[in-house]
Amino acid sequence: MSLLDVNHLDVRFALRNGDIQALRDVSFSLDRGERLGIVGESGAGKSVAAFSLLNLISKPGYIAGGSIRFDGQELIGQSERALRHIRGHRISMIFQDPMMTLNPVLSIGDQMVECLKAHRRISTHEARGIALHKLVQVQIPSPEARLDQYPHELSGGMRQRVIIAIALLLDPDIIIADEPTTALDVTIQAEIMALLLSLCEKHNVGLILITHDLGVVSQVTQRMLVMYAGRVIEEGPTREIINDPQHPYTQGLMNALPQMATPGSRLNQIPGSMPSLDNLPDGCAFHPRCHFAMRSDGQRRQACYEHVPGFVTSGNCRVACHMVSEMLGYERIPAEETTS
Amino acid sequence: MIAFLIKRLFHALLVMFVISVIAFAIQDNLGDPIQQMVGQSVPESERAQLREELGLNDPFLVQYLRFAINAAQLDFGYSYIFNQPTTEVIARHLPATLELVASATFLIILLSVPIGVYSAIKPRAWLSRFFMGVSIVGISIPVFLTAIVLIQIFAIGVSWTPFPADTAWGAWLNDLVTTEGGMPAYGRGDPVHVIGTWYTNFASPRGLLYLVLPAISLASIMLPLFIRLIRAEMLEVLQSDYIKFARAKGLPLSRIYFLHALKNTMLPVITVGGVQIGTLVAYTILTETVFQWPGMGLMFLDAIERSDIPLIVTYLMIVGLIFVITNTVVDLIYGLVNPTVKLTGKPA
Repeated sequence: MSLLDVNHLDVRFALRNGDIQALRDVSFSLDRGERLGIVGESGAGKSVAAFSLLNLISKPGYIAGGSIRFDGQELIGQSERALRHIRGHRISMIFQDPMMTLNPVLSIGDQMVECLKAHRRISTHEARGIALHKLVQVQIPSPEARLDQYPHELSGGMRQRVIIAIALLLDPDIIIADEPTTALDVTIQAEIMALLLSLCEKHNVGLILITHDLGVVSQVTQRMLVMYAGRVIEEGPTREIINDPQHPYTQGLMNALPQMATPGSRLNQIPGSMPSLDNLPDGCAFHPRCHFAMRSDGQRRQACYEHVPGFVTSGNCRVACHMVSEMLGYERIPAEETTS
Repeated sequence: MIAFLIKRLFHALLVMFVISVIAFAIQDNLGDPIQQMVGQSVPESERAQLREELGLNDPFLVQYLRFAINAAQLDFGYSYIFNQPTTEVIARHLPATLELVASATFLIILLSVPIGVYSAIKPRAWLSRFFMGVSIVGISIPVFLTAIVLIQIFAIGVSWTPFPADTAWGAWLNDLVTTEGGMPAYGRGDPVHVIGTWYTNFASPRGLLYLVLPAISLASIMLPLFIRLIRAEMLEVLQSDYIKFARAKGLPLSRIYFLHALKNTMLPVITVGGVQIGTLVAYTILTETVFQWPGMGLMFLDAIERSDIPLIVTYLMIVGLIFVITNTVVDLIYGLVNPTVKLTGKPA
């Protein structure tokens, strides 16, 4: 059994005129020390998936169904108190914007010590020792001095190092990193990513990396998950998906990489944009942008318009696409569910 | 720190200079002091002589310079109505006002922080909605009305029977809306002498009782404002990434609310608060009039009524000074709370 097992996770946002479903039937798992990438464009539900693992979705979001099993323990329905002992302790997080993540009025040392003290019976002196040790691990220059400094005295890259140090403070089993390098300078991005990768490998920490950078995913993760409009549409070993994407959307993403375009010509792109979650099309949510949904003779492919595709296995990957299931010679699979 | 203080001192002098010019410039429009000082029977020749003696016929600049030089030596001249140096008159009235303002400030801080924080943490709770509703009402009611209502209910007492008295519940409700009265609402009672002109109400329970109603009505202007300010700031802070990160670190909620969020909430509140507490000193005019509280506000009203120009000018200068001092203190506190502000001027 995996360390983390997410099954059929449904997350909704309760709004005045009804719920919006941000995650539908999301399932994935993570083994100890494994690194998983979650890819998708903005609004696909990557961050919601990450935050819902620790029930940290901002209101009015709530988990409507499914299960999250961590180390044999069901997390959904757990009390805040029980979850608090997992947050920052067994599963920690790294946020997107290091400039906003640290509290501006508390010193770096205070923000590290309080985290240790929240989970361990430990003296301030001991806690500072551990904090210093972690600052050394993230290769911050003059770590002793940093403890008494405030966030505004550090650059963005330094702050992200501090945040990584905080995430590692209690030697967690899993780190969830929500676009940890997006807000950083391009030159710093690679440094921070390399640091995160080496620390995860060294301490055998599992990593859930949320990003829209396919390059980073291919370098850092072993498995990946592609999300579209709140659903997982493709999942499998990173290498296989990168080399041979099955879903038309994933193929489109790969094609959109600048290196895939002929030099001098326009970059490739997927036509259209992701539908908003409160107005999803019937059938496969991707069909309005999908070349497969329209036959060469100009006829619609009815399945794409009417049925949400179920997962089919292709190699080591799972893909949710009518085209793939047709090509693989599956029977016309009755869809798992029909959008009403 | 020293550099900061010197800079602030320079600012303060500049502000005081502007206040003194304005205060002195309005004197010509404040009526004829001679008319107030002497009886109707005094002939015009004597009045002219008095005017000459008091230097009221000199050009504006001369009068101002004379005033400024004396003011620098803390000599603001004689009050016409009290026939005493104005500084002495002010010194006699200042403690009453400062004690009233201090009590009101204490009430405001004591109530606004917990209520504001509570209604930000639980914005949908019925108690929060109740506080928000009451605070809107509180903002809209002028202080003299609050004061008069307080006096009616708690000092005079009300006995009315809107409910049928012959039923048990009616009698109970009637008892509930009937108040005994008896709270002191006139003057300061017998304040205890401390030192110099300072008589205090803080020294005895009886003295504190005299402070209750005036302090509540003075606080009633600012309290709703502060509750709403703290709530709005806190709501915004609670949305921030660092609060989310604090939760992701597994910190107890109490620490997140009362350290991480509150400290950031208080930064803008301290800034606004400093200015508002200075304003409270000015608001005492209304409160002191209703309660006949023998402070500077009441004295100032008297001085205006009787065109006591030296006293008016001194009052304006003192209130200006209080503003300047409170703002400087607030800036100092702000620097202590907010690490991104360096008072030392030393590069960070």
